[in-house]
Amino acid sequence: MKKEGQIRIPSGCAISAAISRSGQRITGEKIIDSMRPMHDRSNGLGGGFAGYGIYPEYKDLYALHIFYDSDAYRSQCELFIKESFEVVKAEPIPTRKTPEITDEPLIWRYFVTPLRSVLASAQLDEKEYVTRFVTRVNSLMTGCYVFSCGKNMGAFKAVGFPEDVGHFYRLEEYRAYSWTAHGRYPTNTPGWWGGAHPFALLDYSVVHNGEISSYDANRRFIEMFGYKCTLQTDTEVITYIADYLLRRQGLTLEETASVIAAPFWETIGRMDEDARRKATYLRTIFGSLLITGPFSIILGFEGGLMALNDRLKLRSMVAGEKGDFVYVASEEAAIRAMEPDVENVYAPQGGEPVIVKVKEGQY
Amino acid sequence: MGIDFIYPEFEVKRDRERCIACRVCERQCANCVHSYDEESGLMLSDESQCVDCHRCVSLCPTRALKIVKSDCALRENANWTTDAINEIYKQASSGGVLLSSMGNPKPMPVYWDRILINASQVTNPSIDPLREPMETRVFLGKKPDRIKREGDELCCELTPQLELSMPVMFSAMSYGSISYNAHKSLAIAASKLGILYNTGEGGLHEDFYAYGANTIVQVASGRFGVHEKYLEAGAAVEIKMGQGAKPGIGGHLPGTKIGSDISRTRMIPEGSDAISPAPHHDIYSIEDLRQLVYSIKETTGYRKPVIVKVAAVHNIAAITSGIARSGADIIAIDGFRGGTGAAPTRIRDNVGIPIELALASVDTRLREEGIRNNVSLVVGGSIHSSADVIKAIALGADACYIATAALLALGCHLCRTCQTGNCNWGIATQRPELVKRLNPDIGSERLINLMTAWNHEIKELMGGMGINSIEALRGNRLMLRGVGLNGKELEILGISHAGE
Repeated sequence: MKKEGQIRIPSGCAISAAISRSGQRITGEKIIDSMRPMHDRSNGLGGGFAGYGIYPEYKDLYALHIFYDSDAYRSQCELFIKESFEVVKAEPIPTRKTPEITDEPLIWRYFVTPLRSVLASAQLDEKEYVTRFVTRVNSLMTGCYVFSCGKNMGAFKAVGFPEDVGHFYRLEEYRAYSWTAHGRYPTNTPGWWGGAHPFALLDYSVVHNGEISSYDANRRFIEMFGYKCTLQTDTEVITYIADYLLRRQGLTLEETASVIAAPFWETIGRMDEDARRKATYLRTIFGSLLITGPFSIILGFEGGLMALNDRLKLRSMVAGEKGDFVYVASEEAAIRAMEPDVENVYAPQGGEPVIVKVKEGQY
Repeated sequence: MGIDFIYPEFEVKRDRERCIACRVCERQCANCVHSYDEESGLMLSDESQCVDCHRCVSLCPTRALKIVKSDCALRENANWTTDAINEIYKQASSGGVLLSSMGNPKPMPVYWDRILINASQVTNPSIDPLREPMETRVFLGKKPDRIKREGDELCCELTPQLELSMPVMFSAMSYGSISYNAHKSLAIAASKLGILYNTGEGGLHEDFYAYGANTIVQVASGRFGVHEKYLEAGAAVEIKMGQGAKPGIGGHLPGTKIGSDISRTRMIPEGSDAISPAPHHDIYSIEDLRQLVYSIKETTGYRKPVIVKVAAVHNIAAITSGIARSGADIIAIDGFRGGTGAAPTRIRDNVGIPIELALASVDTRLREEGIRNNVSLVVGGSIHSSADVIKAIALGADACYIATAALLALGCHLCRTCQTGNCNWGIATQRPELVKRLNPDIGSERLINLMTAWNHEIKELMGGMGINSIEALRGNRLMLRGVGLNGKELEILGISHAGE
């Protein structure tokens, strides 16, 4: 049977997130709890989490999380890492043996910073440099897969139900100001760890529920700009789109949302002059990055998150808050598992972004 | 007669019991097939003149007429076909180049028909276009590589774009090759539909300047009717480098078709042949093309997108890549089955490549070079239906050009004798008594009907795939599968085989 990346595998899913607006860091237990009532939205073929603010002691270093098929692949990849980065620390990611999670690859993490001399000769900014490194490893090197590469954040994922995956990675030992989570229901059974979500690039991570019908239009467009969609998953292409629009084009979150879930022309026609010009401009230039078909996504980034539904709202997604915290999930039950007294629960409209930012200086 | 005799291709079957000798057929046939015999009171036929255009069949009030293929045949031969033999007789007799009209009729592969479209089942919902918005609006033109900001504000300035209500336009057909009324029908329909039609290389009749916002004005190698006002009149300017039906050669409108109106519009003397040269004599290389593109842009104040139209030939991917870097906003590619008012038969039937393969390789190439967003791609050359439009867009086109389909809507019965100028349907003729048979009000309404029907079907097909905006279909090759295609064909088309 073909593995993830050799064939496109659509999947249904559960997503959830919790974020503190004041930058208060909480352990991973709550976010694991949020996935329990949504157990039936996953089928045991993938679960994962992303935490922001988890590595304060290494916050200026890129944290590379890597799966290896064997030690031989690891030595090979580590050579490449050392050619590209100064490695401050290298270690296996701590895990816990649990009967629900089996066949794990070697899971390592590296806290690194790009070698100044190499960076200067490549004439690239640091983020572009890291992106190209990761693209090279993931598209060219067999037996290695970089699944997280941001600063002071990390993704943790595996084949299994999300609550078991959280237990496996000992997430109760990490504290983050923002957590996102994903449970996967793929329509095929490759059972590959790299294919689980969140999908992460630099500090962007995406958890996503849906199956986008625009996939190949999006993929073939974004691949013009150096990205390689090696997994053929929606989440991967959405992450690249976010990176391209936010980091490389310098769009705001709101503008990015209006590209991905562009307002209908009819709606644009009803906007006031200024808004109409902007919306028309963005839709005209970035038409190939419009995503159609059902999706609810949570885009995590340093200092915040954005939740967004497709413009017809073909997937469930609710948001709520309590005090300092904002919660987003596929189902209200998930939010109530984290905060039974949640307030202001509502279902954001299709294409209406929910943007939450942590207070400046608090992350 | 004798050695040159070729038995007529068609027979006129007249049902004597039904025929009332009303002589409609006689009046309608510009080829003089029918005549009335006063003595016997019967209608007679000279089938040697019949082109099978079905004008008489369609207008016979008693349905007494039918045209059938003659069964008088040469001895069967799978190698030497009747066509091949007859063409030799004709050339042995005349010493001339064979002429033909409309698109290549040979049984070459039609890739559209070997491609199937996807639909949603279970894992993602199809969308009902009757209940949900379904968007087919398209903007054609160059898109910038980077957005610009002044302070925090987006600068929303774009180079000129063409806005279409649906991804289809009427392709170039010159005034001269088709009639005034045919042009008028296309112009009216394009305006009402919110799409564009194309003047072709024969200039723009002064009556049609009113439809300028929905007109593409063409500049071809003959430069007929090209002047500043003309360039300013349209919404876009198209430089015609080639035509799918006759790549590598120019055109020839015989002097008999150059009446006073056409002479004025084309700015050439009445009765003189209008011969457009094979190349543009100011474009012998890609850098020359760039100069013409920018000359036109300078003349029109950078307010009009410039389209460069080329025929699909072997090296089309590299050629379009060059054009994309030469200032063109839109590239139109015309496949080898594209139509024509007249072309040498050998060229029409043997030169060029199928549009499906050309489009796929061009789109792939432009993406590999990262310049796909620099230009829009418009493709033509036998787009038969809305399904072909969907397939073209999924392969990577921004929009399609149609011409034969539009003429069929106007009444063309594809008899493929446009070059005679005796079009009984009032389309490919300049004879006033024939031209008036095409009523532009009815003609434009039929074009509008056709496009409206196609747009409905496009929306249905998109909805089935779970796509509610045409830009999410553009280049979305995962929505296509091939059937009965070999590995190389699939590789070029960039699609998987059905079942994969």
